[in-house]
Amino acid sequence: MAVKIMIPTPLRAYVEKKDSVELQAGTVGEALAALTSQFSELRKHLYADDGRLRSFVNVYLNDEDIRYLQKDKTQVNDGDTISIVPSIAGGATR
Amino acid sequence: MATKTVSPVSAPTGGDVTLSKEEILRYSRHLIMPEVGMEGQLKLKRARVLLVGTGGLGAPLGLYLAAAGVGTLGIVDFDKVDFTNLQRQVAFGTSDVGRPKIEAAAERLGNLNPEIQVKGYETQLTSENALEIFRDYDIIVDGTDNFPTRYLVNDACVLLGKPNVYGSIFRFEGQASIFGYPDGPCYRCLYPEPPPPGLVPSCAEGGVLGVLPGIIGSIQAMETLKLILKTGEPLVGRLLLFDALGMKFRELKLRKNSDCPVCGQNPSVTKLIDYAEFCGIRGEEAPAPQTSVPEITPRELKARLDRGDDLYILDVREPHEYQICNIGGHLIPLGDLSRRANELDSAREIVAHCRSGKRSAEAAEFLRKAGFKKIWNLKGGILAWSDEVDSSVPKY
Repeated sequence: MAVKIMIPTPLRAYVEKKDSVELQAGTVGEALAALTSQFSELRKHLYADDGRLRSFVNVYLNDEDIRYLQKDKTQVNDGDTISIVPSIAGGATR
Repeated sequence: MATKTVSPVSAPTGGDVTLSKEEILRYSRHLIMPEVGMEGQLKLKRARVLLVGTGGLGAPLGLYLAAAGVGTLGIVDFDKVDFTNLQRQVAFGTSDVGRPKIEAAAERLGNLNPEIQVKGYETQLTSENALEIFRDYDIIVDGTDNFPTRYLVNDACVLLGKPNVYGSIFRFEGQASIFGYPDGPCYRCLYPEPPPPGLVPSCAEGGVLGVLPGIIGSIQAMETLKLILKTGEPLVGRLLLFDALGMKFRELKLRKNSDCPVCGQNPSVTKLIDYAEFCGIRGEEAPAPQTSVPEITPRELKARLDRGDDLYILDVREPHEYQICNIGGHLIPLGDLSRRANELDSAREIVAHCRSGKRSAEAAEFLRKAGFKKIWNLKGGILAWSDEVDSSVPKY
């Protein structure tokens, strides 16, 4: 399935400054694996050493959090959008 | 804790609040809307809203909420107005530089609307004072710039059952939502834990486009008014994402997590904790990276250059930073160093520098491990060079 992964600003440095990456995958987990094999620097920013998605990074399939779907095993359809949404803290930024 | 009340008008009290003739004129564009009307305007006047942080988000928040007639506005900040704030913190003027933010903000808001009461708390929000300060307010608006305070604001709001109007920005991108609303999710439902300090973007990747906090702060102000007026659909259970470059708004669903450590069914956080420790840091600064590379101070470097020593200056900042100022170093951005290390001569003494010394420490450590023996890190970076050696080098 052709899916689009939206890359948030803080992580664009690791994906050649792209704002989105399109690739083929059957599940959300496969899509992220394909993304991090293409851009290996991104891996440590998405996954902890134990291989689990970091707790300050959320992944959405379209507008739904994959934690409330089937997580990595969530099936994707042609044209779906996967969003990586990390926590950001800025507001006053001195 | 210093509490300053800056208003000639006493606080509105109880249910007998009315509008004066001047206030009716001032708020006439609200009063002629049935969605606000006299009843709504009185709700605004009775409302007590606390702004945590008077920075980029706090500026539009304070200005719009004061203008709209929110009767009591609390502002918490311990900082002074800095020259670099003026690019986006539009509540302040050039003549405010050096003044305490709450003093400058209270004066500005009081001038904008003398009918309201502005209470300033010139203090850092802490686990010791947060509940006491929050207790006097109906709505808390989070306009802070760091993870420890964001988790502190979230937890205090959940413990007290008060809504937390959240906004956050990074470079070209913003987020907004309302947490702590009855039956709604909280910040920890979204992000149970903060990122470790090493993984947050460094100063090279920081910065914020000046208008962005104006947009996100205005969204927070709008949601605050809607909560007070009890009108429309509040931004609860939804995370609004804004991308300024693409000029796109997107919305994601937020769910209340039944396992949430603070608002879940069996919460493990039942009182405020040490948030610096929780976020893996002490105070605001991330710990200095562990390095075994020797440091050289700007004065020592200057003395050695003046003596004619053969030193190779390596600048590991980004090209756009080099354009702001440089000391004639050879530019290889930190991110390119592994690919371009072959441009360096390991036989020569190398002094690495960046803006403040953190990135160059990383670079020097990398080079040392790659076999470079004669490598120094310039202590304090080009900022220290400007302070100690050449004040004509601009600081940024």
